[in-house]
Order: sequence, then C-alpha cells, then structure tokens
Amino acid sequence: MEAFAQYLIAVLNLGSIYALLALGLVVVFGLLGFLNFAHGDLMALFGYCLLFQTLWGVPFWIAVPIAIVFAGLCAVAMERIAFRPLRGHSPMTLLITSFAISGALHVIFQITISPRSKPIPIPEILSGYITFGDVFIGRAQIFTIIVAVGSLLALRYFLANSRLGVALRASAADFDVARAMGIRANRVIALAFFLSGVLAGVAALLWISQRGAVFPTLGLTPMIKALIAAIIGGLSNPKGALYGGFFLGALEATLLNVLSDDLVVFRDAAVLLILVFFLVFRPNGIIATNPEPMR
Amino acid sequence: MLKVQDLDVRYGAVAAVKGISFEVAKGELVTVIGANGAGKSTTLNAVMGLVPLSGGEISLNGKSLARVPVENRIGMGMSYSPEGRRVFKTLSVLENLKAGGSTLAKSKTEARIATVMDRFPTLRERRNQDAGTLSGGEQQMLAIARALMTDPEFLILDEPSLGLAPKIVSQVFDIIAELREAGVTILLVEQNVKKSLAVADRAYVMELGLIVKSGPAHEMSDDPDIHDSYLGAAA
Ligand SMILES: Nc1ncnc2c1ncn2[C@@H]1O[C@H](COP(=O)(O)OP(=O)(O)O)[C@@H](O)[C@H]1O
Ligand SMILES: [Mg+2]
Repeated sequence: MEAFAQYLIAVLNLGSIYALLALGLVVVFGLLGFLNFAHGDLMALFGYCLLFQTLWGVPFWIAVPIAIVFAGLCAVAMERIAFRPLRGHSPMTLLITSFAISGALHVIFQITISPRSKPIPIPEILSGYITFGDVFIGRAQIFTIIVAVGSLLALRYFLANSRLGVALRASAADFDVARAMGIRANRVIALAFFLSGVLAGVAALLWISQRGAVFPTLGLTPMIKALIAAIIGGLSNPKGALYGGFFLGALEATLLNVLSDDLVVFRDAAVLLILVFFLVFRPNGIIATNPEPMR
Repeated sequence: MLKVQDLDVRYGAVAAVKGISFEVAKGELVTVIGANGAGKSTTLNAVMGLVPLSGGEISLNGKSLARVPVENRIGMGMSYSPEGRRVFKTLSVLENLKAGGSTLAKSKTEARIATVMDRFPTLRERRNQDAGTLSGGEQQMLAIARALMTDPEFLILDEPSLGLAPKIVSQVFDIIAELREAGVTILLVEQNVKKSLAVADRAYVMELGLIVKSGPAHEMSDDPDIHDSYLGAAA
C-alpha cells in the first residue's frame, strides 16, 4: 500500500512536468505544424531570470511569477524574431531554425552567464517530507502536483471559455478558415507562443524546485522527454499531450520500480524503444485528429 | 458590389485561373458553375484573400482588396462558407458560432447566436456537441450559420450542397433563396447546376480556368450546350 502510494506520487510528479512541457509543444505545433526544439531553453530562461532576481534580493515567491511571465515573453520574442520571418516556409525549415535557436541560446548562456551549474536557493517549505501514516511524500512533489493540476485546469478554462482561447482552438483546427472569420493570425500565434513559454516556465519552476540549480542545457533532458510524450500522445491534440505526459511518467516510474539496480541504466533505452513502437504502429499517437495547420 | 478583373492565379507551374473578369451587383445571386478542377474554388479563395493573386484586380464596393489581408475582409461585410464545410471539428457548435463572430463586439455575440440559431433550430439542440460529430447536412448548416454570424452583406458559398442527401440539398437551396430575399448579395459555386440556376439571377460557366459563358440564369438553363454538358446526364 505504501509502495503503491509512493509509486502513484512518482507517476503524478514526473507525468505532470512532462505533460506541461508537452502541452507547450503541442499548442505551437497545432498552429504551425512544427516542434519547437528551443522549447526546453525557455526553462533555462525561466531559471536564469529566477536566479538573477534572487541574487538581487527579490523574494522567491515574487520572483517566480515574474520569471514565468518572462519565459512567456521570451517565447513571444522567439516567434517574432526567428519564426515569423519564415512564415509560409515548410515546417521542416522551422524545425531546423528551432535547433539553431536552441544551440545559440546554449552558447549565449555559457558565455554571458556561466557554463557551470548555478545554485538557486529553494524556500524551506519545499524541502523535506510530509508523512501520511507510513507514507513519506516529498513536499516538492506535492507542490509539483498541485501547481501542475492547477495550471492545467486554468489552461483548460482559458481555452474553453475565453474569446482568445476559442480563437486559438479554431485556428488550430483550421487556420485558413479561422482567418477568414477575422481571427488574426499574428495575434493567435503570439498567444500560442506566450502560453507555451508560460507552460515551460511553470514546468521549470517544478523541475528546479526539486533540483535547486540552473545551467545552460537545463531544458534539454525534460524537453526530449516532453517530445517523446507529445509524440506518444498525438501532436495534434492538447489531450494527447496530457495522456502522453502521464503515460511517460507512469512508464518511467514503473521501469524504475521493476528494473533491478544493474538494469536501471537501460531505462531511457526502454523508453525510446516504446517511442519507436509508437512511431511504427501508431504514428499519430494515442489521440489522432486531423487538423489543418497553416500553410 | 464585387468586381473582378483579369484575375490570374497560379499554383507554381499550374495556372488555375487564367485572366477571368466578372461582377456581382448588390443584392444579386450569382452562380459559378463548371466541372471539377475548373478553378471555381480558386476564384473564391482569391476573392477571400486566401490565395495570392498572380495578376488582376479585385475590388469590393469600389475599394481595391489588393492590400486587405484576409482577416480584415470580414469587417468589410464579406463572409465565406468553404468547400467541404470545414467546420472546426474539435469545437462545439456554439464555439464554432462564436469563432464565426470573432469580430463582433462581445455584447452583440449572444444576440447574434440566438438569431442564427432561430434559423437553424437543429444547431440549438446540438449546441454543446462537437462539430465533428454532426452529420454532413448539419455540418453544412453550421458552416452557413457560422458565416452568417456577422450578418454579412456579401456571402460566398463554395459547393454547399456537395455530398448531401437530396432532401437536405433542397433545404440548403431554400436557405440560399431566403438569404437572397433578405437582400444578401451571394456568390455561389455549385455542382448542382439545375438547382443553382433555378435560384440564381446570373451565372458564369468556368472551364479550365476561363469563363466560357455568362448570362441570366434562366437563359442558361435553356441553353442547349449547358444542357448537354451539365444538365443532360444529371437531370
Ligand atoms: N493548393 C493547390 N495547389 C496546387 N494546385 C491546386 C491547389 N488547389 C487547386 N489546385 C489546382 O487548380 C485547379 C483548379 O482547382 P479548383 O479551384 O479547386 O477547381 P474547382 O473548385 O473548380 O473544382 C485544379 O487543376 C487543381 O488541381
Ligand atoms: Mg471546388
């Protein structure tokens, strides 16, 4: 029973971070038809913004929302500077551009800040454990689950109920027709990038609060996991990103539990094997729909 | 109302529309008929601003549309129901209508949704259902309803009866006739030549990117060539 509770927490913890990141990828993919490889670097941008604020003495809980908005604005800037001039080019061109942005950002972080890991002081309240009977749960994990579920519900509410949310979903369903209805492409695309940046910022908060440091390639590992989650779930649908994220979280937690200590190094290999399985047998993911991205 | 002059549209090496000119006067229902691949949808997409022109000039109420992006054309009184309906499948019926009314003031949207639903009662029953789960006929009604959200002066309809059961086809043409009676200017592309000539004031016939014939709709339906090419087998 305790073991199961621990396992469940591990699944939710990993899954919710992957789901947040995968959602950010999918929101942009739904409109422009490419995976933004620089998405993970928004996590580092969040981290550095948080780092500098704490160095300047800004209280952690004030610095966090500022850094989240900063990550959102960085994503908007990324689109404005790098992707918008390429509007109308093939998704492949955009994908390769996003590789270039990612590489450039890593170098910029290394030169202007530091190639090394920089510690970020995490508030006391996020460290240590809470016990329920015999079950120990990390406070950071509880924080992760609450923040992730809260963000997902807020996003869902926004997409379902706000005008902009409906415009975004209409554009993802059929961009040309949405534009013919007077929905502004530039505005919707900027919104999608802002949301993806905010989601990356929230994911970074959760990731960093369990690790306490920021470094130039911080976003690389979670970003690749999110990519896998998004592909498994289906790139064309936000629900797919959720399923994919939690599926991957469950998969990793399970492998961690069932693989013996000398086999646990093969965990990532096993995950990639399952990705290959999906690419071969279910390339459109768990949830497949047929959107009309912008041409 | 609409004036198209020497319109040229090419997709790479393919010339889809080759220098056609036509007009739609205010309050008129004009139909464009022609075989598959004649360039009818391309013409409508050019008028809506969804494909770039390779040449020619399009104007609405005397104002050139050359520099008007597609997003702004609805604000000039234009509206569009595309070929194949293209409702937003992952959005509910209500959300589709809201999207159609994106340019309306928030306060006006609800009232407009109610008006449009009065015309299409099935949509009211299915307001919270995803558009992708509607039948073909219902999706077509939704596509037209969505285009009516802005109370357009000028409505563009691309094959609204395509693939529908005969009874639904009649309903669609009834709605088109009603809209015309209500004073909406309509540019209608149709495969159903007989029915579209029956509701239209004037007609153009397209073949391989060119307009090969034009005239009052009732004359066209008596034209022996039209009879042989478009009405013979079907009628
Ligand atoms: N997006 C496109 N890319 C390339 N060729 C196209 C495209 N759309 C239409 N065409 C071509 O342009 C011609 C006219 O097509 P279309 O306007 O759809 O005709 P219609 O609506 O009369 O059936 C056809 O030869 C078609 O193959
Ligand atoms: Mg067509």
